[in-house]
Amino acid sequence: MTRQQRTLPGDDVPVVLAAQGTHGPVVYAISAEAVRRGVFVGARVVDVQAIHPDLHVESADATGDVALLDRVALWARRWCPWTVRDGDNGILMDVTGAAHLFGGEAKMLRDIGTRFAMQGLAVRLALAPTRGAAQMLARFGGGGVICGPDDVEVAIAPLPAAALRINADTDRLLQRLGLKTLGKLMEVPRVALMRRFDRMAAEVNPLVLLDRALGRAGDPLNAPEEVAQWMARVRLPEPVIDPVPHLEGLAGDLCRQLARAELGARRLRLTIYRVDGEWRSRDVALASASREVAHLMRLLAGKLEGIDPGFGFDLLTLEARSVEPLALHQDHLDGQRDAGRDVAALLDRLCAKLGPEKVTWSAWVQSHIPERVEARVPALAGVVDPPLDVMRARPLRLLDPPEEIVVLYAVPEGPPARFRWRRVSYLMTRFEGPERVAPEWWRDKPGTRLRDYYKVEVGGGRRFWLFREGTLGDGRGSDPRWFLQGIYA
Amino acid sequence: MQSDSPLGQVVALPKKRLVQDVPKPDGGEALLRDVLSGTPFDAAVTGFVLACLPQSEAPILWASDRMSRRENGRLYGPALRAMGIKAPVLHVEVSNPRDVLWAMEEGAACAGLSAVVGEIHGAPEVLSFTATKRLALRSEASGVPLWLIRSGDPGALSAARERWRVSSLPSDMHPWNSAAPGQTVWEADLFRARGQAPGVWEVRYEPDAKRPEDRFRLLSRSGDGQVAQDDAPAADVAGR
Repeated sequence: MTRQQRTLPGDDVPVVLAAQGTHGPVVYAISAEAVRRGVFVGARVVDVQAIHPDLHVESADATGDVALLDRVALWARRWCPWTVRDGDNGILMDVTGAAHLFGGEAKMLRDIGTRFAMQGLAVRLALAPTRGAAQMLARFGGGGVICGPDDVEVAIAPLPAAALRINADTDRLLQRLGLKTLGKLMEVPRVALMRRFDRMAAEVNPLVLLDRALGRAGDPLNAPEEVAQWMARVRLPEPVIDPVPHLEGLAGDLCRQLARAELGARRLRLTIYRVDGEWRSRDVALASASREVAHLMRLLAGKLEGIDPGFGFDLLTLEARSVEPLALHQDHLDGQRDAGRDVAALLDRLCAKLGPEKVTWSAWVQSHIPERVEARVPALAGVVDPPLDVMRARPLRLLDPPEEIVVLYAVPEGPPARFRWRRVSYLMTRFEGPERVAPEWWRDKPGTRLRDYYKVEVGGGRRFWLFREGTLGDGRGSDPRWFLQGIYA
Repeated sequence: MQSDSPLGQVVALPKKRLVQDVPKPDGGEALLRDVLSGTPFDAAVTGFVLACLPQSEAPILWASDRMSRRENGRLYGPALRAMGIKAPVLHVEVSNPRDVLWAMEEGAACAGLSAVVGEIHGAPEVLSFTATKRLALRSEASGVPLWLIRSGDPGALSAARERWRVSSLPSDMHPWNSAAPGQTVWEADLFRARGQAPGVWEVRYEPDAKRPEDRFRLLSRSGDGQVAQDDAPAADVAGR
């Protein structure tokens, strides 16, 4: 399947998609013109470019292709209820009992081809009684094949053995045995082949695959369930500028839908569709699943300030993008409210207005370096560490990063007797220390110096936490410097 | 009772007056209280507020603006346990005072919190008398105590029900090491309060005391060196 892009050149220029190979980019997919010129998948792009200087190279996007295919597979349910993506380059549709709705199988195939072409997608179609036969015929049997229930054997007989989706090794083995087509394979007595292939897994065993293709073994289609969308929408007869009056109706509708399914929303998206074709959306995340109209409205009301309505909009949608089971909840019998739920609602409001990164809990890190001990985790992540019990007295306030102080009068051991910090000089009266904190060699850069911490009381009573970085003559730079890192209560 | 403080004579007040006049160590009633810093870069304010917070397992909302974090440093979590705080602290670190006030107001409406503390540096315009009045009413309506830490002492108007000014005093002697600072001492000056007389106290806080009422030791201080009357909180602010 090739996706047509707006940047594609004309039909006479070969186009290839390139993917990263072991030795530089290799050709991943090719256009019809490239096929005509003899480019093949797996060739190195530089070689092809040397031969065809007018080659147009685009980078391949395999994950994007699969995602698109998943979406297209769901879209293809317009023809039949059971569709599933087939590998990374096909769609399987179980059209049993659905063809007559489109006027027969031939008309249905034509309709499918036309509608894919309208989407800009070229497809090769095949209709067969079994899934395996349809897979083979679509890829190896030319376009638009319709195979009846009685002529599967005839239809797949001329196809190469590789059509069975067997391993390269098995394929080579069959080639060597002279079994180049499926017809030849079917002629060989089954007992002889069974002896050779009985240890292979069913998914790659040519006999099993052949049985499935011929309808002798079961091969059901497991279609993925359609993703349920929880969405409320309001269509307006006239474009309006202000979304606020419609919020309550939207939130009420969504909450009723969620209540029916006993779900609560964790992430919401409000989208306005403007009359000029643009759309704007706002996302809200919740700390715990909720379907309370008033709560959702308060969250959304804070997010609408920056939304640009342009010349007005006539369609509003509110979508629950992520939902969680939320059973009916009873408050306390005595009418008390649950404090935990109050806090979760508060977290939602704070995060919605201030941003989730500004509302945090403390998390403790195994480290001796004071500024590393406390990390912050977003409150919406919902994990609260119990308070940390440290052996040593630690300052209540921590300057991050530590601020360098000017030592005015130093004594050989102990902290500076007089120092200047933030343009004020302090006279040390009492001190406690040192407490030595060594650098963490498994994390710090080599050459990081150790720290000697002192608790220092200055005249007047304030208590600071100073440290000296390094010691004299430790071979890691010049004279040690002094920093002020914390303030004790 | 004599203390070793060089700043004045100190008497202990009868217990009856203490209970009546000073905030109870475990939270007291839900009010808005202002705490100003007597000296710059002094964590005594933070310590005093933490000491006054209710002993509860419910989280504490701690909102601060960027200037106060830059001036005084951020609240350091590992030190909280030693201050007797068992509750987790929900940090709201925003850049401007307007958001701090908004977060405090939201927190005051949430009964699941044990207390709300806000830190604002300087005297921004949004921290007007009206804003503090709003907070005070919110707190009294919801039952969540609110504390507002104001560093860079602006001395502006405030509708807070109690206004304190807290600063560090030279600490007591260390029991084993004469060169080391010992038990922390603060000076707490209640300079405006509704329904009670203002006063100055010397505060010692012992979070590990067995009885909750022993955690806070407040000694009334007379500003002019006179020994205070036995039944008065020795309020002599004007003399200083």
